[in-house]
Amino acid sequence: MARVIVDVMPKQEILDPQGKAVHGALPRLGFEGIVDVRQGKRFELEVEAADETTLAEVHQIAETLLSNPVIEDYTVRVAE
Amino acid sequence: MKIGVVTFPGSLDDTDAQRAVRLAGGEAVALWHGDHDLKGVDAVILPGGFSYGDYLRCGAIARFAPVMTEVIAAANGGMPVLGICNGFQILCESHLLPGALIRNDHRTFVCRDQELTVENTSTAWTSAFELDQQITIPLKNGEGGFVADEATLDRLEGEGNVVFRYVDVNPNGSMRDIAGITNERGNVVGLMPHPEHAVEDLCGPGTDGLGFFTSAVQSLVGQA
Repeated sequence: MARVIVDVMPKQEILDPQGKAVHGALPRLGFEGIVDVRQGKRFELEVEAADETTLAEVHQIAETLLSNPVIEDYTVRVAE
Repeated sequence: MKIGVVTFPGSLDDTDAQRAVRLAGGEAVALWHGDHDLKGVDAVILPGGFSYGDYLRCGAIARFAPVMTEVIAAANGGMPVLGICNGFQILCESHLLPGALIRNDHRTFVCRDQELTVENTSTAWTSAFELDQQITIPLKNGEGGFVADEATLDRLEGEGNVVFRYVDVNPNGSMRDIAGITNERGNVVGLMPHPEHAVEDLCGPGTDGLGFFTSAVQSLVGQA
């Protein structure tokens, strides 16, 4: 068994209200040094084997369902 | 004239949409998300609500519901399709309409009687309105910010495919005050505000929403 990680992040040019809310809360906790926060999603897919065919499939899954290419970017990597 | 209204798990305004269809003189047909069947309807409404709990992204899972295979094929064939709020999100996720809807810029849910300008009266759902007519219908959403890249926004405006724009107040951070859009053919329309909540004087801010449904019924009669 292997684990494939898909990270989905809002595109840089897209407003991220959730990240802004998190960022806005930090000074209240006493953390002043954080310049910006962006919030994304992480998916962990358990697969039989992280071979080429499976990874191609994961890319397809990431592009069609896990992310919306209009507003988000994704990366795929195999967990160590 | 049969107008189908799809119920997804988590749809809220399907019954109101059916009622609006009947008040406009059409026959409302309940459609189920899990069926590969449009039951012979002449048009389809994707109603508001929180389909599949808004999990993943609003409309992202509904877009792959069995009934959507039929809705997408019918829309590509020219059938009138109206997406209201969550329905608009589903249409964008289905790529039947360009752009996407993201969380409101002010991060809070908004519920208000919203003034809109009707900028395109040649769609299947807006022919009953006058060009540049101002209408007031309820708006209620948490993720209603319309976004698209500059080229897409320019194209929407250049081709007259912006159908509704917010007046005075931009309630959710939508780019260029866009409240609703259509496809090139004018049969698919999506908007965040809820016309089905403005069809009777007793409830809501008036009857400005009725025109959406009479437009569709009339355009379908015209074809028959």
